[in-house]
Amino acid sequence: MSTSVTPSTPSTPSTPGTAVTSPTAPTGPKRRSGTARRFLTSPQALGASLVLAAVVVLVVFAPLFTAHDPNAADLKDAFGAPGGGHLLGFDSSGRDVWSRLLHGGRNTLGGALLAVAVALAVGVPTGLAAGYYGGWFDSVSNWWVNLVMALPAMVVLLATRAVLGTTVWVLMVVLGVLVAPGFYRLVRGTVAAMRGELYVDAARVFGLRDSRIIVRHVLVVVRAPVIIQGALVAGMAIGLQAGLEFLGIGSGDLPTWGAMLNEAFTNIQRAPVFMLWPGLALGLTSAALVLLAASLRDVLEDRGTAPATGRGARRLGADAPTTLDSAGERADLLSVRDLAVTYTLADGSSREVVHGVDLDVRRGEVLGLVGESGSGKTQTAFSVLGLLPEGGRVSRGSILLDGTEVVGSAEKEMRNLRGDTVAYVPQEPMSNLDPAFTIGDHLTEPLRVKLGLSRTQARARALDLLRQVEIPDPERTFRSHPHQISGGMAQRVLIAGAISCDPDLLVADEPTTALDVTVQAEVLGLLRRLQAERGMGVLLVTHNLGVVADLCDRVAVMRQGRIVEVGTTEQILRDPQEDYTRGLLDAVLDDTPAREPWQPREAAQ
Amino acid sequence: MTDPRTVTGPGTDPHADADRLREAGPDPLLDIRDLRVSFPGKGWRARRVEVLKGVSLDIRPGETVGLVGESGSGKSTIGRAVLGLVPVAGGSIHFDGERVDVASRRRRRRLSRDIQVVFQDPYTSLNPSLLIGDTLAEPLLAHGVTAEDARTRVADLLDRVALPHDAVHRLPREFSGGQRQRVAIARALAISPRLIVCDEPVSALDLTTQRTVMDLLLEIQERTGVAYLFVSHDLSVVRALSHRVAVIHRGEIVEYGGAEQVTTDPEHPYTQRLLLSAPVADPGRQRRRRAEYERRFHADAN
Repeated sequence: MSTSVTPSTPSTPSTPGTAVTSPTAPTGPKRRSGTARRFLTSPQALGASLVLAAVVVLVVFAPLFTAHDPNAADLKDAFGAPGGGHLLGFDSSGRDVWSRLLHGGRNTLGGALLAVAVALAVGVPTGLAAGYYGGWFDSVSNWWVNLVMALPAMVVLLATRAVLGTTVWVLMVVLGVLVAPGFYRLVRGTVAAMRGELYVDAARVFGLRDSRIIVRHVLVVVRAPVIIQGALVAGMAIGLQAGLEFLGIGSGDLPTWGAMLNEAFTNIQRAPVFMLWPGLALGLTSAALVLLAASLRDVLEDRGTAPATGRGARRLGADAPTTLDSAGERADLLSVRDLAVTYTLADGSSREVVHGVDLDVRRGEVLGLVGESGSGKTQTAFSVLGLLPEGGRVSRGSILLDGTEVVGSAEKEMRNLRGDTVAYVPQEPMSNLDPAFTIGDHLTEPLRVKLGLSRTQARARALDLLRQVEIPDPERTFRSHPHQISGGMAQRVLIAGAISCDPDLLVADEPTTALDVTVQAEVLGLLRRLQAERGMGVLLVTHNLGVVADLCDRVAVMRQGRIVEVGTTEQILRDPQEDYTRGLLDAVLDDTPAREPWQPREAAQ
Repeated sequence: MTDPRTVTGPGTDPHADADRLREAGPDPLLDIRDLRVSFPGKGWRARRVEVLKGVSLDIRPGETVGLVGESGSGKSTIGRAVLGLVPVAGGSIHFDGERVDVASRRRRRRLSRDIQVVFQDPYTSLNPSLLIGDTLAEPLLAHGVTAEDARTRVADLLDRVALPHDAVHRLPREFSGGQRQRVAIARALAISPRLIVCDEPVSALDLTTQRTVMDLLLEIQERTGVAYLFVSHDLSVVRALSHRVAVIHRGEIVEYGGAEQVTTDPEHPYTQRLLLSAPVADPGRQRRRRAEYERRFHADAN
């Protein structure tokens, strides 16, 4: 029983525990404040919250800010000017405008709050249940939701007023029910999408009750979108309520901003300034709510834009010597010197993930670029293609591609090189085919644009390419959409596309990693045949040393953004000089003995 | 156990003390018989797609059975059926003599004390918004452990998988793939199960990380005597970890036997193909292997 997979502790530097200690990793207690801090440093969020807070404080503590009864009318004060403790003067009935504004805000905001509360109470639980359980409840509730959404809100509100009376509160409850489908759909969609997440499965396996899973795992996920939607709905409810009251549909005697607008409108000729105050209050509050929702979305749904390889940027103890290539002259097909790739992070700082890489690929040569995740191998390959993801740029060095300097060249020049000088085979074949187009469209498009072929010429050429990549029924595949073919077929199609303009250099980024092992063997065979027939140079990015042994002439080993060792495949795989390379080879399971047969536990000891 | 079946294979050790053997139990811990699983087909009134076409498998206490196959072969479905995550259309699953494929929700929850899981993807199997400490305490609290005890148990679990104690205050995104998989393993161990379904637990990891996680799984098994159903597409991983290996192809087990035999001298042509397809990290050997592969599988094509 005492077998261990690892014969001796591999002398690899990437033992567990090191990645945590990256200098930027926030510590526990500070973590929660991260969101709050980001929220508060956004001027939009801060401004909106301050305005909203001011409005809420004024309205909630209205009696503290005004001594006057909002309904105390004195006709002799009608249209009275501000002064004498009456901040904004008097309205047409001689009531204090400031006081009516504050007390009216209570009703307006309270009504909006009620509408949101009702919408949440109706929409969120039903959405949770429908999304989590699916089945008949989902079907029935969807019917209901569609029905409610089909109702014209204004008509329903008018009818409600006719039947149930004029109180603003009843109207707001009805409004809440009418907007509940928005919450329902949001929650249901989010929950249904996360239903298949492994951590929900895991929670079920741990014996958690459904109610607990929903509270612990599901609610957390829907929290952010619901808060955002809530702020938007509150703004909308305020507007709708004011609109209704402006039309005179609402509670007559209760002071609200909408009712104030209505009154002001009847006197707009005499005292236009009366429109200003409730209008301003409504505008400020609604705008603050919408802006707040937008800021919340930015903060809560932002997952950060750090590159996937960000964690590779740890500092190395000693500067590894660069490559053996650097001394010699530059290769004719691809020659990379002192390449550095830098990413600008979300917080504005920058981080170098590739530090001075030298590489050479000669014509007709297959160079393997190996390393673990985060080593920068894919970043290097993307630099050669001029296709670094957003935020990334080549910050130093030179890349000569068939004699043309790529670094600093215009996108147009780069586009000229792609296709007939350099082509690309990606890792995930399926996500690199557009589901809306047929395989034929994918293949003929570059032929027509790049080589200027006619439609029929391009078609003939594409079918020929499909034959070359050993697709059994080219005609049918040509007509198929990506979802109709297997992953292995999709990778063959992408290889066909890559060789379609007869490139000199093929950059293949883990071309077989997503494939089954039997399919991988076929695709490797295909790549080898095509490479030999066409004399292509290949830059093969992979983590699989077996693939390297199968295909490559030379190998460059990358670690943490640097090349640690370069040599022929024989040298590197049989007699590596660097500890890191040795560690990688030690981790290969090829020669690990099979486990001993099982014995009953007690008998074995 | 109502159905006293004899165990096939090299399990019964004639030299072992008879009493002890009975204690360990000659009966399998997990016994899958003729398991069938089907999913609704795509489209209206489409025929159901049969994913498992009668699979039989058994695991003894403390044993690792590797289940190897390609994508779509149904290998993960077997694990999910054992965990009660997919409905079973036919056959039976017995755990410790008790039939579990028809278990009620409530019994299933009780069963979770004994059967646990480690999923493939360490990025989606941990809830991104829960602190590691909460994730680890979850199964404990679900089984009635007090919050106080849970805290000490969590610290102990982190020790067992060699993670620092301050991990409890962190979120999954602060950890690398290998570390997350350690968390997932710690979570599976939390309530001392007797069987862990490992669904491709090392496939998403770097080579060196993969090895340390494999060593961890072995060490845990030696210490606790937990049994593993180890699902993987990688024959070499399965070979190093499993006492017995089952090869599954299109919903059927095509070969089932000792790890050494299945992974070095397979009988079934499909297993042979799997074995020859995986490239080895030695140029000379790989050249011979490739030649052998071409000879075996491309002779008729040309």
